[in-house]
Amino acid sequence: MGHRVKFKLNGRELEAPEGQLVIDAAKEAGVEIPHYCYHPALGNPGNCRMCLVEVAGAPKPQASCRTSVRPGMEVKSDSDAAKRAQASALELHLVNHPLDCPVCDQAGECGLQDYYMKIGRYQSQVREDKQHKEKRIAAGPHVMLDQERCILCTRCTRFVDNVTQTHELGIFQRGHAERIELAPGMILDNAYSGNVVDICPVGALTDRDFRYKVRVWYLDHTDSVCPGCERGCNISVHTNTQRTWHNDGKRVARLKPRHNHEVNGYWMCDEGRYGIADLDADRLGKVLSLKPQKTEMSWEAMASELAGRLQSAGPGLAVVASGMLSNEDWAAYKALFVDALKVGKHFFSPEPDQVGEGDSLLRRKIKTANLRGAEALGLRSGSFSELETMLESGRIKALYVIERDLYRIYGDKAPSLLSKAEATVLQGPNKGPLGDHYTYRLPATAYVEEEGHFTNFEGKVQAYRKALEPIGESRPDWAIFTLLLKALETRPKAVLA
Amino acid sequence: MTRILTEHFDTEPELHEIDVYRRLGGYAGLSKALGMSRAEVVAEVVKSNLRGLGGAGFPTGGKWQTVPGEDKVPGPRYVVANADESEPGCFKDRVLITRAPHQLLEGVLIAAHAIGAKETFIFIRGEYQNQYDVLARAIAQADAAGFTAHASIALMRGAGAYISGLDTALLETMEGKKAWPRQPPPFPTVSGLMGRPTVVNNVETLSMLPSIMVKGGEWFAKIGSPKNGGTVVFSVSGHVEQPGIYEVPMGSKLRDVLTLAGGVRGGRKLKCVIPGGTSMPPLLEKDLDIALDFDAIRAAGTFLGAGGMIVLDETADAVEVAHNIERFLAHESCGQCTPCREGSFWSEEILERMLEGKGEGEDVRNLARIGENITGKVICALGDTVGMVTRAYISKFPEDFNKRVATDGS
Repeated sequence: MGHRVKFKLNGRELEAPEGQLVIDAAKEAGVEIPHYCYHPALGNPGNCRMCLVEVAGAPKPQASCRTSVRPGMEVKSDSDAAKRAQASALELHLVNHPLDCPVCDQAGECGLQDYYMKIGRYQSQVREDKQHKEKRIAAGPHVMLDQERCILCTRCTRFVDNVTQTHELGIFQRGHAERIELAPGMILDNAYSGNVVDICPVGALTDRDFRYKVRVWYLDHTDSVCPGCERGCNISVHTNTQRTWHNDGKRVARLKPRHNHEVNGYWMCDEGRYGIADLDADRLGKVLSLKPQKTEMSWEAMASELAGRLQSAGPGLAVVASGMLSNEDWAAYKALFVDALKVGKHFFSPEPDQVGEGDSLLRRKIKTANLRGAEALGLRSGSFSELETMLESGRIKALYVIERDLYRIYGDKAPSLLSKAEATVLQGPNKGPLGDHYTYRLPATAYVEEEGHFTNFEGKVQAYRKALEPIGESRPDWAIFTLLLKALETRPKAVLA
Repeated sequence: MTRILTEHFDTEPELHEIDVYRRLGGYAGLSKALGMSRAEVVAEVVKSNLRGLGGAGFPTGGKWQTVPGEDKVPGPRYVVANADESEPGCFKDRVLITRAPHQLLEGVLIAAHAIGAKETFIFIRGEYQNQYDVLARAIAQADAAGFTAHASIALMRGAGAYISGLDTALLETMEGKKAWPRQPPPFPTVSGLMGRPTVVNNVETLSMLPSIMVKGGEWFAKIGSPKNGGTVVFSVSGHVEQPGIYEVPMGSKLRDVLTLAGGVRGGRKLKCVIPGGTSMPPLLEKDLDIALDFDAIRAAGTFLGAGGMIVLDETADAVEVAHNIERFLAHESCGQCTPCREGSFWSEEILERMLEGKGEGEDVRNLARIGENITGKVICALGDTVGMVTRAYISKFPEDFNKRVATDGS
């Protein structure tokens, strides 16, 4: 794009780089021009004809997504002629739209509804029957397709053609018979399929796991960061706490990507998006001592008892953690385990259970959010085979496990390995299959119940916010570490020796 | 009247044979062009005032001049002959190909030299099987005679979409994609087939080139009217005594063409004439003295188009005509942009309801409003047409429309 030039939008003198699309320049000036097909990451086919504006000197309205800013150009997006052009394009979009908003998941965040209220508000002139197409196509494991609601903006086909390059969707037939369909012999099951739901401006593509669950206007949105891999995609956590009897009682209704040009663009992967199914399930809620028998304890009593046991284990204390901890957690971890307890052995390597598939788009092989946070504090991890040998030999007196499921590392050997240590602690949001084999269980918050920072693989430090109240007595990991540290510091010197 | 393309049609039944064509002076234009520089050939065509006879009427020489030179854009450039004649009412390319295929090939080869193309293509409508065979045979003859030494000619067939006749949709089709028109800029002469500079010219336009080369641009320009050089071939059909193709100088009167075709059949009164193919607004009895060239007919509110002249007598009903055309356009709308895709079908449905005797009070006003909301707000000319046709019939024959809502409506 060229140097900055002056142009006029709705009478306002503005500056924009020469050659920038008028629709983008307007957006930067705070003027949203209606559009469906244009998407900054998917191009400007100009097929929806919603973004028509008046350009002085042009004989007919111009598509602002296909028109570049020129010096001295005068654009009107709010003149009567421009508004009429936009409203008439909307009317034509709705001629064959089923208007089944009452049963459509998109209702409340639908481009057709929004623009009808903003620029439409006309009395329908349609006397003819609506065209019928397929309404219930399971396009893939995550996405439902309703051809009747589709406005053929081609965002989804451009996504699978240009972003994932997997080509599962296409436009078939011609003219008013046109419809989005799966390519013969294919289903929409690529690693990023959920994004077509986000980019669909209407209710043609919806989430199967969100289908009929809860109205979107009952959802609260919180800025967050996906903890699913070391990319740290920016997301928005949509929570359902106003209608607790909706969404099958689940508090997290869905995750949506949040635009960040430097990290994830407009997208997130399906693993990150749909991996939230059981965020509230299998949770630890109580502070428990399980041996000799299950006893509920207060945080203070637990801290006091645990401080003693950890200290007395001396060099026999080993800590297992994972890249799920925030920078704040890691700092408190270091103060407790490294500085105070002088633990020499830390085990937070992603191998073998926290690695998976990566690709060139977003997904990283390391499936935790914040290994970089640990490395930044100088922490180094031992290997889990080394830990196994140490446990087998009985050199480990106390084992402290934070947000990690040893069953996924050691399989069936895990219970007997745990039994080799005198004291074992499980700290985390979830109980897991080994929950009953520990000596102590400390409930920690899930990432949606706390705030903090993750440092991604590129070294970008990103904040995530608290979306929900903690379950039970859960506390953030850093708060638990701090509590233990305080308990250690207040212990009588005599006992220390 | 001067005839250029069809000069020998009445006397030479074997004109499609290369020997006959050459005996009548064929391929002399090509050898003359090859002896000239590219710039000289282009200049001659500019001088001729030859306009694009596929419907757009863009000056052919002017189009060629926008092809960037090889010093600016090195590498391949192409000539594509548009033989995807699909406009209802148009069949002149079909006759020109069947009767004089070498005239087209010679024109293609002249155009190739003019822009420096080493490969050329003829994109022919899929339904034109016979014409395909004729062209394939003619190309083999031209190859054997050595005329294609400087540029090859390949044939490519369409798959039945009307919209493929629009240059940019045609290029998409040739690339194996859905026939969705592109939105210039860039224009095909800058970025056309496979992103290369490409000249797309109609069969009739290209067929004019041999004569222009032989007799000169000035001669050609003199035949027509100002800025509209040479002749134009009309496909005349409908309610006339003698349907067929008629070649007349640019600027001839509508009345003259009608006379050539034997006048309105059975001595009936004329209702209207669609001058350029179904997509164009009709002309009335009072318009019969309009000059038939791109500019004069434009001033009369319609288009010369591709010369598909359909004559309708007093028995025709404007609602039926409009319905017939909208049905065609709805069927052929490529579906890329919303106003045309939805508006054509909606208009067709309303007109169909009116034909069924279920017209309602607001229907006519609504049809006009829908048309207004399409024309000028879409990607391509097909869409503009969708919004233009019904409005044109409503404004010229309001009584036919009002009758459908007034007496039959509920």
